[in-house]
Amino acid sequence: MYLYSLTLQQATGIICAINGNFSGGKTQEIAVARGKILDLLRPDENGKIQTIHSVEVFGAIRSLAQFRLTGAQKDYIVVGSDSGRIVILEYNKEKNVFDKVHQETFGKSGCRRIVPGQYLAVDPKGRAVMIGACEKQKLVYVLNRDTTARLTISSPLEAHKSHTICYSLCGVDCGFDNPIFAAIELDYSEADQDPTGQAASEAQKHLTFYELDLGLNHVSRKWSEPVDNGANMLVTVPGGADGPSGVLVCAENFVIYKNQGHPDVRAVIPRRTDLPAERGVLVVSAAVHKQKAMFFFLIQTEYGDVFKVTLDHDGDHVSELKIKYFDTIPVASSICVLKLGFLFSASEFGNHGLYQFQAIGEEPDVESSSSNLMETEEGFQPVFFQPRRLKNLVRIDQVESLMPLMDMKVLNLFEEETPQIFSLCGRGPRSSLRILRPGLAITEMAVSQLPGQPSAVWTVKKNVSDEFDAYIVVSFTNATLVLSIGETVEEVNDSGFLDTTPSLAVSLIGDDSLMQVHPNGIRHIREDGRINEWRTPGKRSIVKVGYNRLQVVIALSGGELIYFEADMTGQLMEVEKHEMSGDVACLDIAPVPEGRQRSRFLAVGSYDNTVRILSLDPDDCLQILSVQSVSSAPESLLFLEVQASIGGEDGADHPANLFLNSGLQNGVLFRTVVDMVTGQLSDSRSRFLGLKPPKLFSISVRGRSAMLCLSSRPWLGYIHRGHFHLTPLSYETLEFAAPFSSDQCAEGVVSVAGDALRIFMIDRLGETFNETVVPLRYTPRKFVLQPKRKLLVIIESDQGAFTAEEREAARKECFEAGGVGENGNGNADQMENGADDEDKEDPLSDEQYGYPKAVSEKWVSCIRVLDPKTATTTCLLELQDNEAAYSVCTVNFHDKEYGTLLAVGTVKGMQFWPKKNLVAGFIHIYRFVEDGKSLELLHKTQVEGVPLALCQFQGRLLAGIGPVLRLYDLGKKRLLRKCENKLFPNTIISIQTYRDRIYVGDIQESFHYCKYRRDENQLYIFADDCVPRWLTASHHVDFDTMAGADKFGNVYFVRLPQDLSEEIEEDPTGGKIKWEQGKLNGAPNKVDEIVQFHVGDVVTCLQKASMIPGGSESIMYGTVMGSIGALHAFTSRDDVDFFSHLEMHMRQEYPPLCGRDHMAYRSAYFPVKDVIDGDLCEQFPTLPMDLQRKIADELDRTPAEILKKLEDARNKII
Amino acid sequence: MQASDRFNINSQLEHLQAKYVGTGHADLSRFEWAVNIQRDSYASYIGHYPMLSYFAIAENESIGRERYNFMQKMLLPCGLPPEREDE
Repeated sequence: MYLYSLTLQQATGIICAINGNFSGGKTQEIAVARGKILDLLRPDENGKIQTIHSVEVFGAIRSLAQFRLTGAQKDYIVVGSDSGRIVILEYNKEKNVFDKVHQETFGKSGCRRIVPGQYLAVDPKGRAVMIGACEKQKLVYVLNRDTTARLTISSPLEAHKSHTICYSLCGVDCGFDNPIFAAIELDYSEADQDPTGQAASEAQKHLTFYELDLGLNHVSRKWSEPVDNGANMLVTVPGGADGPSGVLVCAENFVIYKNQGHPDVRAVIPRRTDLPAERGVLVVSAAVHKQKAMFFFLIQTEYGDVFKVTLDHDGDHVSELKIKYFDTIPVASSICVLKLGFLFSASEFGNHGLYQFQAIGEEPDVESSSSNLMETEEGFQPVFFQPRRLKNLVRIDQVESLMPLMDMKVLNLFEEETPQIFSLCGRGPRSSLRILRPGLAITEMAVSQLPGQPSAVWTVKKNVSDEFDAYIVVSFTNATLVLSIGETVEEVNDSGFLDTTPSLAVSLIGDDSLMQVHPNGIRHIREDGRINEWRTPGKRSIVKVGYNRLQVVIALSGGELIYFEADMTGQLMEVEKHEMSGDVACLDIAPVPEGRQRSRFLAVGSYDNTVRILSLDPDDCLQILSVQSVSSAPESLLFLEVQASIGGEDGADHPANLFLNSGLQNGVLFRTVVDMVTGQLSDSRSRFLGLKPPKLFSISVRGRSAMLCLSSRPWLGYIHRGHFHLTPLSYETLEFAAPFSSDQCAEGVVSVAGDALRIFMIDRLGETFNETVVPLRYTPRKFVLQPKRKLLVIIESDQGAFTAEEREAARKECFEAGGVGENGNGNADQMENGADDEDKEDPLSDEQYGYPKAVSEKWVSCIRVLDPKTATTTCLLELQDNEAAYSVCTVNFHDKEYGTLLAVGTVKGMQFWPKKNLVAGFIHIYRFVEDGKSLELLHKTQVEGVPLALCQFQGRLLAGIGPVLRLYDLGKKRLLRKCENKLFPNTIISIQTYRDRIYVGDIQESFHYCKYRRDENQLYIFADDCVPRWLTASHHVDFDTMAGADKFGNVYFVRLPQDLSEEIEEDPTGGKIKWEQGKLNGAPNKVDEIVQFHVGDVVTCLQKASMIPGGSESIMYGTVMGSIGALHAFTSRDDVDFFSHLEMHMRQEYPPLCGRDHMAYRSAYFPVKDVIDGDLCEQFPTLPMDLQRKIADELDRTPAEILKKLEDARNKII
Repeated sequence: MQASDRFNINSQLEHLQAKYVGTGHADLSRFEWAVNIQRDSYASYIGHYPMLSYFAIAENESIGRERYNFMQKMLLPCGLPPEREDE
């Protein structure tokens, strides 16, 4: 089995973000690392975050830093990754790519303890960069420029210190003196040797300054001084003319200003009043904002509170350090302050936010200062504050993030054409159920009812130079309605259009006159109001019409074509006639090319399943140039011209092309390249769009021509970053559409469906999925489908949080104490976090402020029944007494007394640290009542461990309780033990069954295949895996095969060899005798690993599903970083050959950007086996043309054929 | 020291042990071995962000806190060293 791996949704979480002027010029961009993806983002003028460029680097990016050479206008990006190399990138604005400027190897690849890459620090003047590891190694590279002003990099200078753990690195701003880097270090050598523990308790963190002597080209430890033992982060303080230089040391509960030869200035970080005393306050992200005359820092704590830190200084002397409460936003992995007054917060979990500064915290607020630091016997006196509503920031945009994706199911609950992905995302108060649908999201602007059923709609401008459309013309079966677009849209009668007849086409002709084609003729309305009518000869009527701005072709019944052209005076002149062999099914004329008088091509579709290209040139007018036969009669034709691009922000290199698109009656869209000179057709591709014959319309998207295809659902074909995308729109079935442009909506679409006129806009391009969000209360863990009623049962649990009632009580108390008294907020609806938009006058929305922290042994959990259709919770049971739900399944027991029951595995008083411990585990059995909408507890059975896996098996319930697999039957008061097997190595985390086989996943020992013998009432393991795999997700593929994913980011398939499988099935004892002969506590048989692939992200869920109607199934996975991918099996050997060769050439010709070898990355833990990386293959179109041709030549194909293959492979999956 | 000494197995090992932290030797104790493994593991968790977030979700802590905790645990990952037996 060979698989094609493709990422459908790129990771949405962010590891780190930096801001700078990467493209040069005034605009600031944000570079974000999303694991293996490097993105460049920019807030546009409307304050929306736009992705400018995105590249997969096939390596784990761990740190990013930006620097600028003195006097330069542009920032470079330094990347610390797992490649054992330092890579410096420059963003190339013209080609819209990252150029690798330098790549220097310094160590082994992989995220290792002593190989640098974890930390990066740059000299604020851009003269040197330090790259550090968790332990021991630090390397300094000197950056300079050569005579041609190109960036140069030196060989590395070592600043190693063994037995030393490094917590943080930063550059120190010391003007143009020798560059200095600061590090928080901890020496463990003595603690390792001292059995009494004295050395360990005395271990002291040090702040060390490393000086790079540019003259001697040498790095020395310049200064080292003990620092608070809770120190975890360093922030550079501006120096030189801007500030006092030195560093801010962020430690648990404190911020300390330190510099060489300067006394410490220390202030406590204010604490939330409700924070348990055992917890400290740790800074997790920081940003500095520098203006001409002032600077300040924004630091964010692990609870999300942002503080403004300011230094009072006189020259080099810092007299006071102040920490003032600023605002509270969700906890971020990085925050960036942009020059335009924006704050970008890359959230650790959940959506990222773009905020605008309303103020910079000048108003009085809770503040702690170094000058009033009070030391008491128990330590420093804390300062308390209460979080409040946003005062200084206002959120203007958010970027969706699925991180962390906890569980996912592909189901078609809404009976749509394609299934939906139901995913559990987020954590704690920001958790949600997100329903993903493949396709682009749209924004509906207006819907208005029309009198009767419209058949078609057009928009038309009055003059070619107008920016906006003037009329919407709607045609009915016997009339035409004209609406004028202004402040409002209203009916007009003075437009000159004939309203007593249906219309076939309405358009602007020439520069400023209008044309209406109706069955009996062509009405030409001149700008001054004169009207010319051309009438059809005899009793014949016009059936089809094709037109552009200067040319019109009509087809009369019977198959006669008449060609008109607009002459210099704007008059429509009949040019030529041509008799086709039969009736014409559809017509289209290519748009007039820039600077030309006419388009050369006319496409005519006939009912004899052919499409012909006819010439419109005067010398061979209406002669057939080429013929294409298609699988079914064409319904609609459209020429789509793709403009040439040499890259830039809107796309990769591609030459100009003309495509002929035909929508066929069997629902297929057929795309063919038209030779711009000869009109020959070549390179055709087809794709099934839906059950209705697609109707094609030309619209414009982001100023470029695009195609709207209306089948049983609407699709959009457009060019985005050099790729042609054909993506469904998440909207209802439409009949007819036209582009729409007005001053409220620059690029919209007006369409008719049923008896309504709909105007909508297409949102973010380039996205694979659009989502509907249903908020949840706690971190969702798992969910199951109640199959009969199509309801979802979700279990949610959180450690160290308060229950909703407790939170409500605390909140009331706090408001009463604070005298805020905003009444009416304490109602029960409000307990649901973010159920309404956050702008509501809720003083403390949990979604933003997070849940108050409780002591760590406290658990909260709930079981929720949710109706996905209405997105309403029909039942919510909050578990009491520190119980947390961990597993859930539906089960039908033998006796049909209750029908489908719900089993939930819970644990009471779970504790992970210092030792895993629990009070008791339980299995709850619930009965569905009120049509499945509500739950009623039948009984609760105590078990000795954590029931992490539950599954129905032959009318009984199988439970994995720690290392025990046990079979239960339903009793009146409790579950009854029937049979068990205690031989599992660690903890059972998944159980799947098929016939009499049971597939058990162990938390660290991969899969065990078991069998149940009913006659002997025995469970026994007959096969297991020989590789220790820390399972995180598993899925049953077929009788002998299981798919699994481990904690380290690998996906793998194991299969029981065919002969063994048969032997076991044929053996009357079911392999039991052999089972007794297992060696070394293992099973007698071993499964084979048949597929292995490193995804590079922790996979949390696996499922076999098909995303296209009637398509074959693929294995879909979701990851912690919020990406969704698929593994699709190849069906032909040829394809395997082709793609493995393409992959091989891509590896050679286009090595990954950050220096990690592709093959090594995909084989990071185990050698990759039988999986072809589609993400690498899909980088083919981004290669320069000559490289594309080179690879294509070696594969004996043309680049276009390769593109088609790639497109086909993707279309099989989604 | 003679030039040939540079290439004998012992000096090569010493070189490796000096260069690569955690390279073992014949007299490595169980404790030292475990400490190395643990430190390597923690460094790997810190380096692999998805894994760090996986732990953060399990413990309901922020990722920043989780990273700090792992760094802190690198000091004494296996508790105090055992009393050394006198030779």
